[in-house]
Amino acid sequence: MADVVGHSSLERDYSLTGTRSRHAVEVGLAAAEWYHSDVPRKTLKALMKRRDGPAIRDTFIWIALHFVLGAGGIYFWGTWFSVPFWFAYGVVYGSACDSRWHECGHGTAFRTRWMNDVVYHIASFQIMRNPVNWRWSHARHHTDTIIVGRDPEIAWMHPINLVLKALAFVGIYDTWQSLKVLFRNAFGELSDDEREYIPVSEWNRAHFWARIHVAIYMVVLVSVIAMLVSGSGWASLIPVLLIGGPRVYGCWHFVMTGLLQHGGLAEDVIDHRLNSRSLYMNPVSRWLYWNMNYHVEHHMFPMVPYYSLPALHEELKDDLPSPNTSIWDAYREMMGAVMKQRNDPTYAIRKELPPTAKPYKEDLHLSVPERKD
Amino acid sequence: MPWIDACATDDVDEEDVIRWDHGDATFAIYRSMDGAFFCTDGLCTHEQVHLADGLVMDNEIECPKHNGLFDYRTGKALRAPVCVNLGTYETKIENGRVFVELSE
Repeated sequence: MADVVGHSSLERDYSLTGTRSRHAVEVGLAAAEWYHSDVPRKTLKALMKRRDGPAIRDTFIWIALHFVLGAGGIYFWGTWFSVPFWFAYGVVYGSACDSRWHECGHGTAFRTRWMNDVVYHIASFQIMRNPVNWRWSHARHHTDTIIVGRDPEIAWMHPINLVLKALAFVGIYDTWQSLKVLFRNAFGELSDDEREYIPVSEWNRAHFWARIHVAIYMVVLVSVIAMLVSGSGWASLIPVLLIGGPRVYGCWHFVMTGLLQHGGLAEDVIDHRLNSRSLYMNPVSRWLYWNMNYHVEHHMFPMVPYYSLPALHEELKDDLPSPNTSIWDAYREMMGAVMKQRNDPTYAIRKELPPTAKPYKEDLHLSVPERKD
Repeated sequence: MPWIDACATDDVDEEDVIRWDHGDATFAIYRSMDGAFFCTDGLCTHEQVHLADGLVMDNEIECPKHNGLFDYRTGKALRAPVCVNLGTYETKIENGRVFVELSE
């Protein structure tokens, strides 16, 4: 690791319509030519190949777990035995949905397009993301990964607020923010940033899907009230524990893995090896996360489906920094950097490349104002 | 409308695509599973990404950057983030060569 020299105020303009956005366009950081490891076309074709089988299997298990765990939580309601069922149900609903949203949004999980679309909409609902807005925001995230003023999905914005980051693990603040966006969209409003990355032709669809999501949450709310009125007591919480609630009490796993994707790494670079993190993790987390722990690999080749990412990792590993060895190891590295970034946002982890790797692509890096000192 | 000699038929694998540059323009030449050849604009209409690095599946080409999808036979945009259709060009095969018809 090495420090990037420089200092600046802690504030950054992350809006997509501000000065940093214009600067990124002017200097060529927007829609730039990014570094890609060399992979023979035949190998890449084999890795990109789509199949329905793995995602059908995983989706069947995922849906079955919803029913089994939810039924267990209800069956044991009123006893401590229900707690582990709700805990697991929360993770299956409120965390696994993030990776399903992501992979199906790319259209890579299933070979059959409608299957991707169906799971994408279910997962978008579960994670409280407008399925139209987030499809476009994620496209921008891939074009301009962690480019300040261009990427709408930067998780670690400076100055870093560790209280908000800690609250994200219990989902309350993020859920509130997500619901506000859905209600705003449902009333026909888009923010300036949303108008920047969503084409006009898609605005009506964004309003439509927000209204569908809000309508379902209204039904849940009415169910809770009806059960309360009918004297169901604490059992009136069951509808919200089943639908919506897991975004709060079960999101911790997706937050835990998601924060590692780019945390402590560089902004405003055009080499995913400098701004993304790959790590090894346990098989349960990998199943919940659909192998997105191979995040550098995913950003370099987003058309490779999740079930082929381990093979892509084997293909690329001589050109990438060594992955972190575990979630714990990655957090130790990331949090060390984050604590430094709280005082110096120009600090970033710079991982050592293996001798077989091509050097980092660093042209354009000195175009970033903070690095000119 | 001249026919331009673009490549040999053997240059393109079945269900695959190659990049072909001509003048200031860049194109993508496809070979379908049944051996037919097609030609479209080479860059995705969403952003300036070469489609020849993408995935050919059935009669569709998937952009390597954002997974936007086109029908390469018609150029029709099929999946966001692509909204604008691709330009397409007539092809013919003569003596093991692929010719593309381009406007002057």
